[in-house]
Amino acid sequence: MTIASLIDSPSELTDAASSKTAIVLMTRIRLARNLSGTAFPGWAKPAQREEILRICREAVAATSPMKRSLNITVGELSELEKQILVERHLISRELSGAKGGAGVVISKDQAFSVMVNEEDHLRIQVLRSGFQLKKAWNAITELDSALEDHLDYAFTPTLGYLTACPTNLGTAMRASAMMHLPALVISNQMEKVVRAVNQLGMVVRGLFGEGSDASGSIFQISNQTTLGESEGEIIKRLHTVLQSIIEHELNAREKLLEADAGKLFDKVGRAFGILQNSHLLSSGEAMNLLSLIRLGIDLAVFPDASRSVIDRLFIEAQPGHLQHAQKGEFDPAQRDLLRAARLRSEFANFVHPNFSFSTNGKN
Amino acid sequence: MVRAELIKNLMANPLKCDLCAKPATVHLTQIVSNKVHKVDLCETCAQAKGVTDPSGFSLADLLLKASLNPDTPTAGVRCEQCGFTQSDFKKHGRFGCPTCYEAFKGVVEPMLDTMHKGTTHTGKIPQRALERKSIYDRLTKLELDLTEAIKSERYEDAARARDEISQVKQTVPSNPKSAR
Ligand SMILES: [Zn+2]
Ligand SMILES: [Zn+2]
Repeated sequence: MTIASLIDSPSELTDAASSKTAIVLMTRIRLARNLSGTAFPGWAKPAQREEILRICREAVAATSPMKRSLNITVGELSELEKQILVERHLISRELSGAKGGAGVVISKDQAFSVMVNEEDHLRIQVLRSGFQLKKAWNAITELDSALEDHLDYAFTPTLGYLTACPTNLGTAMRASAMMHLPALVISNQMEKVVRAVNQLGMVVRGLFGEGSDASGSIFQISNQTTLGESEGEIIKRLHTVLQSIIEHELNAREKLLEADAGKLFDKVGRAFGILQNSHLLSSGEAMNLLSLIRLGIDLAVFPDASRSVIDRLFIEAQPGHLQHAQKGEFDPAQRDLLRAARLRSEFANFVHPNFSFSTNGKN
Repeated sequence: MVRAELIKNLMANPLKCDLCAKPATVHLTQIVSNKVHKVDLCETCAQAKGVTDPSGFSLADLLLKASLNPDTPTAGVRCEQCGFTQSDFKKHGRFGCPTCYEAFKGVVEPMLDTMHKGTTHTGKIPQRALERKSIYDRLTKLELDLTEAIKSERYEDAARARDEISQVKQTVPSNPKSAR
């Protein structure tokens, strides 16, 4: 598979409409793995990095989930292609900036990606749309075990999987969920949530921005520690935390509706108006407007089927995707024009808001 | 990251940066597994460590580096496998190779307790790789036995070792790889 066809084909993230849920947009798990007796990527000599890359790419390509995958070095990717892969969460910023001897293998459906020579020799990742921690774990552990047939992992019984950074030792697993939490943001409760979640050993990050005022109200919650607990225990604990965040978000929505439904619907209606008519939209503003439409969908102002459209637009409104669609490179000001145009055309045919069914609110 | 708890203190402050000796102006607190961790940084180090960029910043990383005092007794240790030293670790914040964990055991072990939920791995084990490794270890030992036996003209032992080698070799799974 080529990078061009991968970029233009449907992905797990943007097109798996069937499993879209109201609050958790996406589940992601990644495992760090290293080859035994081999210098970590940051310390390996260029020739050694090339050798590691060759061995790992070959091993990954031989596993069954990676049949007909995209198997490419970072050097072969253009800046724009790298940006698109970052925006789809298929590679990290760190990998996209790698000098040489780095690469990625991405499955045809874009659910799996394996980065080679990022911070560790292998960063295996699985993405699942919706709230699917268990499924994601089953998928990734299977791929990991398949790789074991071809590669000798660096592992000790006490420290577990050995990683370049000691903060990833043990399971070397980071499990996360991308959550849409507009009501907690509107009612200024995010900082409180961040603190509480931190105390439970989990980390909250804004996905398209900083800390608690992330644009789009989208946050990533993941486990902080990797050693001393099994993967199953970490996932179970994360699941409990996510469940309780979902409850808090639903409560916050209910409270907002009880206190002043008019105010909330006004926000949703105005967002719709701006998306239909504006001519300049920054990425941050677009995220926030789309977030309000998504909230509107959850509140039955728009039909459920529109949810996957919004999730696709969250990605397509990003600079890399926008420039790819327009086949060119544009400066930020031009991008704001293009983004507004893109969203105007998308919302010209969007179902109109219906506020009459929304009086008792929940989805 | 914990933006709410990132307090920029612009007043004169006696605290020194954990990474260099300059006066610290950025103070971070984070709770990891119910333990409170504090890091003090100067403006330059805070910038360099991406404290302002939540996606690139890991407090655990900082704690790790701050805990590495150059005067510790392990300061002169080198990893035999890759030549990594403790000052390399301080500079990169990452280890050189898996064997470094042996060489810098004394530095790593005390960190783990503050960094993680526990200090012993209880999760997945690469079963197939370990089985393979034990087979290879067995083979290496038998081959050594064989050479020794031949050298000291113990031909019965040599024959036994040879038989065992061919037996073990039949159980070897597909060929594993590592970039040695
Ligand atoms: Zn400093
Ligand atoms: Zn080493």
